[in-house]
Amino acid sequence: MKILVCISHVPDTTSKINFTENDTKFDTNGVQFVINPYDEFSLTRAMWFKEKQGASVTVVNVGGTETEPTLRKALAIGADDAIRVNAEPTDGFLVAKELAEVVKNGGYDLVLAGKESADYNGQMVPGMLASLLEYDFVNGCVGIEVEGSNVTLKREIDGGEEKVTSTLPMVVAGQKGIVEEKDLRIPNMRGIMMARKKPLSVVEASGVSASTSTKTFEKPAPKGDVKLVDNVDDLINLLHNEAKAI
Amino acid sequence: MSVLVFADSSEGKFKKTAFEVVSYGKKVAEQLGTNVVALTINSGDASELYNYGAEKVVEVKNDLKSFNAKGYAAIIKQASEAQGADTVIIDSSVNGLTVAPLVAVSLEAGYASNVVDLPSSTSPFVVKRKAFSNKGFNNTEITTTKRVIGVAKNSYGAHENAVSGSTENFDASLPELGVSSVEINKASGKVTIADADVVVSAGRGLKGPENWGMVEELAEVLGAATACSKPVSDLGWRPHSEHVGQTGKPVASNLYIAIGISGAIQHLAGVNASKVKVVINNDPEAPFFKAADYGIVGDAFEVVPQLIEKLKAFKQA
Repeated sequence: MKILVCISHVPDTTSKINFTENDTKFDTNGVQFVINPYDEFSLTRAMWFKEKQGASVTVVNVGGTETEPTLRKALAIGADDAIRVNAEPTDGFLVAKELAEVVKNGGYDLVLAGKESADYNGQMVPGMLASLLEYDFVNGCVGIEVEGSNVTLKREIDGGEEKVTSTLPMVVAGQKGIVEEKDLRIPNMRGIMMARKKPLSVVEASGVSASTSTKTFEKPAPKGDVKLVDNVDDLINLLHNEAKAI
Repeated sequence: MSVLVFADSSEGKFKKTAFEVVSYGKKVAEQLGTNVVALTINSGDASELYNYGAEKVVEVKNDLKSFNAKGYAAIIKQASEAQGADTVIIDSSVNGLTVAPLVAVSLEAGYASNVVDLPSSTSPFVVKRKAFSNKGFNNTEITTTKRVIGVAKNSYGAHENAVSGSTENFDASLPELGVSSVEINKASGKVTIADADVVVSAGRGLKGPENWGMVEELAEVLGAATACSKPVSDLGWRPHSEHVGQTGKPVASNLYIAIGISGAIQHLAGVNASKVKVVINNDPEAPFFKAADYGIVGDAFEVVPQLIEKLKAFKQA
């Protein structure tokens, strides 16, 4: 089984979010970038398939050279090789189109991603990718088993879980539950050393045009100070009369 | 060109988000000077949607027993073409988020998800979207002639706007479905975090799973869903399905009550879309107080039982 894991390169959750150039660009100054936390769950599940079922695992990112350390980290966790598509990921559709080319050229059986990225939270790319490839798609996956080409999955639904079956090839967007948080891998020294020698190939963009463009960014309006009360009567009164929340 | 809204239902009952997207679609249609058409798939009484401004409803009744991404995408595409829609509006339920990207690709439409407000302009078509775990917004222009808009939960809201509507049947052909449903496990009779107006959430400050009785009782009084912080689900005190925050479930309720939760950045990232946040914590330095609207510095084991008693009296009054 050939697995492709899509990796987003995103600001660490603790990052301060600021914008520059008249609020048209995200300010990367002082921001630490990491593997998208949702992708880490899917990557860890891919490592399980590699170790237990002999799958090969390729990681891919659509982005500039600045994303290569993130791909190297995925290699240090245990992926076999990495591909960077050299394009600025300006919208979800463009990224999905570029990834579709990688999947077609590489003949992958299973494409794993995180259900959303921690920066734009769009939840757009995995579904678009599946649709472009005409592959089956399972979103919000919290469990996956593969036997031959038969796949059994669990997906989160509003208020519960659904068990579904499908066949390879397919696209799966995972989240916490596809593996547990305690099972997430952290690169060890040996992994980091080995990652330096693993192949990271750069593919030129196919030159797709985006279907949306970000005009400006905004920050939320500053929040007023918390109102501290010292008894529950005052709290109920405020929630009812001021906040109109009860 | 009309506006098509997909009004999702579960077991025949419309989701709360269905009324939100119909309300939203009605306003967008007004902005574009056109009409709104709501699409339902195996739902119950479609006339409920008239109350939110749907003058026309097209109903699909077929053998699909539950959601299927390819099946629903094909139906929405065919309905939008039959109705001459250039704008398709979809909610942010799990199903909506799954099907919207497929619809966008099949219609060659630009797709903007997480939209929190009406378009600020329709030519060019610009919408405001939340991003960076609610720490920012981006104003996105959709540059294609067709567009799919994913409306964020509990952002625009549902607005009653009764019209006299009509309903007609629509026959859509289904493609190969691919994914097939084996079984659905849902907790029956419980308010889900996704649907709840009020969420009562508790953290490690409660000291142990045996102390959750008062959290459940408070939730019951408020008609709320119960939730918990990540450490609590990691410790196995509560099921993973209750974990809210980044990597857990997102919360965008009207009221979020956090009991004994310090407010780590990862937790706040998942819950700060809630409109009103109340924090009960005995540590005045807990970071959550900075993100909250109302707070009580005090021992949860004293405050919460009092809150339950007083709320019961308030609800009866």
